[in-house]
Amino acid sequence: MPTVIILGANAGIGRALAAEFASHHYDLILSGRDREELVMVAADLSLRHKVSARPLTADIGKTEVLQSAMEECLNAAGEALEGFVLCAGYLGNPETAKKDLSEVRRILEINFTGSVLALEIAAKHFEQKRRGFICALSSVAGDRGRQSNYLYGSAKGGLTTYLQGLRNRLYRSGVHVITIKPGFVDTRMVFGKGKGPLTASPERAATDIFRAIKKHKDVVYVPWFWRIIMLVVRKIPESVFKRLRM
Amino acid sequence: MNPATSTQKLSGWGRFRTGSCHVFRPEKRSEVAAALASGEQSTYIPRGLGRSYGDASLNENGGVIWPIRLNRFLSFDDSTGEIECESGVSLAEILEFFLPRGWFLPVSPGTKFVTVGGAIAADIHGKNHHRDGTFSNFVQSLELLTPAGELLRCTPANNSEIFWATAGGMGLTGVILSARLRLRQVDSTNVFVDYYKAVNLEDALDKMETSDARYDYSVAWIDALSTGKALGRCILMSGNHAPASELPSRARKLPPGTGNGAAVSTRPKWNLLADFPSGTLNQLTVKAFNAVYYAIHSTAPRQLVSFEKFFYPLDAIDNWNRMYGKDGFVQYQIALPQASGREGLRVVLDRLARSGCASFLAVLKRFGEAGPGLLSFPLHGYTLALDIPVRRGLIPFLHELDRMTLDHGGRVYLAKDAVLRPEDFAAMYPKLDSFRSIQRRLDPKRLFSSSLARRLKILD
Ligand SMILES: Cc1cc2nc3c(=O)[nH]c(=O)nc-3n(C[C@H](O)[C@H](O)[C@H](O)COP(=O)(O)OP(=O)(O)OC[C@H]3O[C@@H](n4cnc5c(N)ncnc54)[C@H](O)[C@@H]3O)c2cc1C
Ligand SMILES: NC(=O)c1ccc[n+]([C@@H]2O[C@H](COP(=O)([O-])OP(=O)(O)OC[C@H]3O[C@@H](n4cnc5c(N)ncnc54)[C@H](OP(=O)(O)O)[C@@H]3O)[C@@H](O)[C@H]2O)c1
Repeated sequence: MPTVIILGANAGIGRALAAEFASHHYDLILSGRDREELVMVAADLSLRHKVSARPLTADIGKTEVLQSAMEECLNAAGEALEGFVLCAGYLGNPETAKKDLSEVRRILEINFTGSVLALEIAAKHFEQKRRGFICALSSVAGDRGRQSNYLYGSAKGGLTTYLQGLRNRLYRSGVHVITIKPGFVDTRMVFGKGKGPLTASPERAATDIFRAIKKHKDVVYVPWFWRIIMLVVRKIPESVFKRLRM
Repeated sequence: MNPATSTQKLSGWGRFRTGSCHVFRPEKRSEVAAALASGEQSTYIPRGLGRSYGDASLNENGGVIWPIRLNRFLSFDDSTGEIECESGVSLAEILEFFLPRGWFLPVSPGTKFVTVGGAIAADIHGKNHHRDGTFSNFVQSLELLTPAGELLRCTPANNSEIFWATAGGMGLTGVILSARLRLRQVDSTNVFVDYYKAVNLEDALDKMETSDARYDYSVAWIDALSTGKALGRCILMSGNHAPASELPSRARKLPPGTGNGAAVSTRPKWNLLADFPSGTLNQLTVKAFNAVYYAIHSTAPRQLVSFEKFFYPLDAIDNWNRMYGKDGFVQYQIALPQASGREGLRVVLDRLARSGCASFLAVLKRFGEAGPGLLSFPLHGYTLALDIPVRRGLIPFLHELDRMTLDHGGRVYLAKDAVLRPEDFAAMYPKLDSFRSIQRRLDPKRLFSSSLARRLKILD
């Protein structure tokens, strides 16, 4: 069976996406920081969908060991490897970040530096294979900086730009790169933040992402209506935008 | 890490009791303990899918632990049907993934949208109680995170006191994290149902007494508005799982053990998007409905019925509770002992019919032996469940029924209750003192409480 690696599969969109792949008969390599949780998610998905699911630990915040952790995942998947999905991310706390530069650093490192390093390692592997896909979860927050989450947003904006370049680089090797820009998805990042009717379930997000991968899309908003919302948000002149409380 | 939190106005399924609660939704197992240790709230209560009708899973101005994302299957043994899963797994999920492999729930309530945690905490019963007892009879072990933060594995043999305080304990002994259950093997998804049209209560009870032993499942839909000689007229539905060998060729069979059965969809077909105007279900409409329902059914043997239709007829419509309008409704369910049960049922039904309380879909069934759960509801005898729209005068009226129930040695079901008073509650549950002493040992700092517990003074 085809195999997919999901980094950040413990919870949220990553876990739901792992379930979506499993329901389409993919074997899984599930990776993330918390091994105990990964073991439970792996047991769950293999019982529900009768696929093989292997938990392997990886921390994109630990750049020294990221290479070996990523290689372990890539090797474990072997020949059947079809794709790599990066779901790990860190919203951080903007208030803490105002007082504490280490929070600023953490937001940037997880969402940009660590993410890019993981993707570079995957890119090299797929480039040699000359097939497969790389999918990464960026965010609508990267489309325009605003006061409430511009650290996170700028890291995601950087990630989006990185993914454009990577897509361009891997095109000739037949490796497909997909950028996902979720809006509000009902995970720990959003729960209790009063986002209401615009919020999609992780399962809905996962279905959309799976479809985007299958259809070889390049950049996809999840759910789709965020493309329109962000089009409008991007069109607001900076002289007006800077006055808004967003 | 602390779980994400949200302040929400929650209600029970009847939408009559509501409360503003501080909800913690753990994404990881370790976050449950983190929430309890956070000191953010002075008390906590777990919540599942909120299908209890009253205030059991509410904690007004307090913490609610909502382990709905802790819904992972942990192990499954194909040869014995033993399954281990986290408490946030719903019965619908068990059916979705294990019925195609030939395994069914050992006990099914009237909806599959309840969690394993909620099923144990209310020690739920199904249409097979007369034979198999409650859900907890099939729980081989459970992992309980106590209010003091200790992780206990409880079985009916080890920590058995805590096990039987937790089964039926309405979430007050701690958070159930996972459980090991025994499923029941079936080789089709259908039930053969015998329908019997009973002219009144006596007729129905006689029939049940003589025939229940032949059926796995037995339940009666009763016209609670009928009076006089027809008091308690009902449609008795008794069923057994249909063996694949006796099914017509087009019906779906499950190849046991092969897991090749077709998918089982557990999603509701329709969704009630808005409230009906209050008063839509009034005496007139319900009377008309009941009359039509009674008229279209006739005594008919061996009808082949799908499991969805037989066990969960209401699940086809999402949010069907909106039918009762924004004021909501109360489900009033009582159990009466065998000896005084007939008389008790007659008195209650008679009072109900005279009150003109429009109860739609009243359900009557026989209970088998009571189990060891300290606060478990079933009593060997009978149970009657009524859905009653909220209206003026309802609470005193229900207190009157409480009294009649008590006078006949019966009790009210905590998973449904919204109006009971503490003194009546204490009189109905004779093992309350044992429950309290175990609960207190587990919760020396009084960290667990719920709106129900405060209303009924369960922990005082
Ligand atoms: C249409 C319908 C039909 C029904 N039919 C039946 C029936 O036939 N028989 C029957 O017995 N019941 C029946 N019920 C009631 C239902 O089965 C119970 O109320 C059940 O407890 C609901 O489970 P839940 O997951 O929704 O839990 P909730 O309603 O959210 O909570 C119920 C109780 O369980 C506790 N709880 C929940 N999760 C945990 C946990 N992880 N650890 C510890 N405690 C926990 C809560 O604190 C609360 O006290 C029916 C309900 C409906 C809506
Ligand atoms: N939810 C939204 O509304 C939303 C909106 C836009 C974009 N996104 C993006 O979508 C992605 C998924 O978000 P989510 O809402 O599902 O988040 P989530 O629920 O917080 O899940 C994040 C996942 O990433 C893992 N992770 C976090 N830090 C990690 C690290 N250093 N190394 C490895 N894994 C790590 C987490 O597991 P462990 O903690 O166990 O490692 C978890 O599995 C993120 O990139 C997020 O930025 C989400």
